[in-house]
Amino acid sequence: MTSLPFPVERYREDFPILAQQIHGHPLAYLDTGASAQKPRAVIEAMTRFMENDYANIHRGVHELSQRATDKYEAVRSVVQNFIKAEHDDEIVFTHGATDAINLVAQTWGRTFLKAGDEIVITALEHHANIVPWQMLREAFGIDLRVVPITPEGEVRVEDVKAALSPKTKLVAFAHVSNVLGTVLPAKEIVALAHEAGALALVDGCQSISHMPVDVRDMDADFFVFSGHKLYGPTGIGVLYGKREILSRMPPWQGGGDMIASVTFAETTYKEPPHRFEAGTPPITEVIGLGAAIDYVSAIGMNNIAQHEKDILAYATEKLSRVDGMRIVGQAKNKSGIISFIMEQAHPHDIGTILDRHGVAIRAGHHCAQPLMEHLGLVATARASFGLYTSREDIDALVAAVEKVEEIFG
Amino acid sequence: MDNDLRDLYQDLILDHGKHPRNFHALPNANHEALGHNPLCGDKINLYVTVDAQNVIQDVAFQGSGCAISMASASMMTEMLKGKTAEEAARLFAYLHDACTGKSADKAGLDEDAVDRINALSGVRDYPIRVKCATLAWHTLQAALKNDKKVSTE
Repeated sequence: MTSLPFPVERYREDFPILAQQIHGHPLAYLDTGASAQKPRAVIEAMTRFMENDYANIHRGVHELSQRATDKYEAVRSVVQNFIKAEHDDEIVFTHGATDAINLVAQTWGRTFLKAGDEIVITALEHHANIVPWQMLREAFGIDLRVVPITPEGEVRVEDVKAALSPKTKLVAFAHVSNVLGTVLPAKEIVALAHEAGALALVDGCQSISHMPVDVRDMDADFFVFSGHKLYGPTGIGVLYGKREILSRMPPWQGGGDMIASVTFAETTYKEPPHRFEAGTPPITEVIGLGAAIDYVSAIGMNNIAQHEKDILAYATEKLSRVDGMRIVGQAKNKSGIISFIMEQAHPHDIGTILDRHGVAIRAGHHCAQPLMEHLGLVATARASFGLYTSREDIDALVAAVEKVEEIFG
Repeated sequence: MDNDLRDLYQDLILDHGKHPRNFHALPNANHEALGHNPLCGDKINLYVTVDAQNVIQDVAFQGSGCAISMASASMMTEMLKGKTAEEAARLFAYLHDACTGKSADKAGLDEDAVDRINALSGVRDYPIRVKCATLAWHTLQAALKNDKKVSTE
């Protein structure tokens, strides 16, 4: 199949923030893994909503409240279609991916887990997919088992299998590592979890904006992601959960908008997803998320994935030629993330020097300290890509990395 | 190289960053502390021997971190020998002011120490890196107060 070249220059024009100089150099924004920049379509959709349609939802009898409610609820279907969920009531709006994982831990976990039960995670998880389970361990005496990774940074299905037991109740893992870029074999891991009688939670923060996601094909029981990594606003995330599982989960936070009726004697709760959306939600942010999904869908997730693959190959090839460079994470199936260290300089010094050349990367432990320890590192420098990443950005990165060599070499 | 980067990464800093002085444990230290910057993972184990007259007899460190934090720790160990805890506190105050762009009062301070501190003051243009320059000094304060751990988060 031949495809048209990806018109990255045209898409870059959709992102107003990219057209600026940093310390006298054109901005090369290579920190999309931490948070993606926002296209005008998202910014304008949010502004337009606040200028024309804004009101609280699910409450008022007035026109604006109805309009706001309709637009808010319409985004549920947008998300449903985007991740190929079966029903729109399987989409719960949260305040972010961290919030979504904590929701599962605090409702499903507290209801269905008991001392001695096991949760399996992998060695490459973000703190957000470690700490909520540790909190359950402290509260209930459950056990946490960690699947090791290979020196290349891959998770092998046989190692997942070895970690499973009849006590396993949940397998929770990242779809894509935020440090190494490794794409995990999600479908196979979910199938193994199901064979063992466990549920599977997939952290999609680093996959959702980079590849097509099909939760039904993957057969995930839970899938979480945040809006801000998908070119949308902060403060909004999504918990996908299979209908029959969500319906058995009690609410987490109590408040307005999640109840069917309240008396001082008794309260009955709404059905999912509203049961899990207590209080006034981030309404404008949901509208922004919907606009972001429309935006990337119009470009096509397959096209974005292919473009980022090309950028990854280009960057890997160019960076590999720099003296003293070591790329951390050599998985065969990688998404648009390159972590690296240099013999000569600490990642923070690299980050500072790159910044002075207009190149924005992340340096540090990437909220994955256990992984860093596993790798025997305290920190890495990380360049991460998005649909707007151009070859010129990579050239700027490589030129700036050569400056590091010049200063520290 | 850009002039402002040269201001940060002066030769003295690069030299101390690559070849830190007094980089070892001090078995007979009577004060020690672990300094940690959880944001970037920098760690410094600091060992100090203070005599009965409150004079720092020996100081050494081990650890890992960026060029700025390692150079700052290395230069600190060189400038503290023979100083009292009060003199050390005054040097830290001077360093803090110099690294945050405040006018720093160097009256009565050891000139050689002031020169070394001034070499670090390039971080004033890099607010996020100020903690790298001050980590060793915060750790020193903790050690002298017998706090075992200090975190600069």
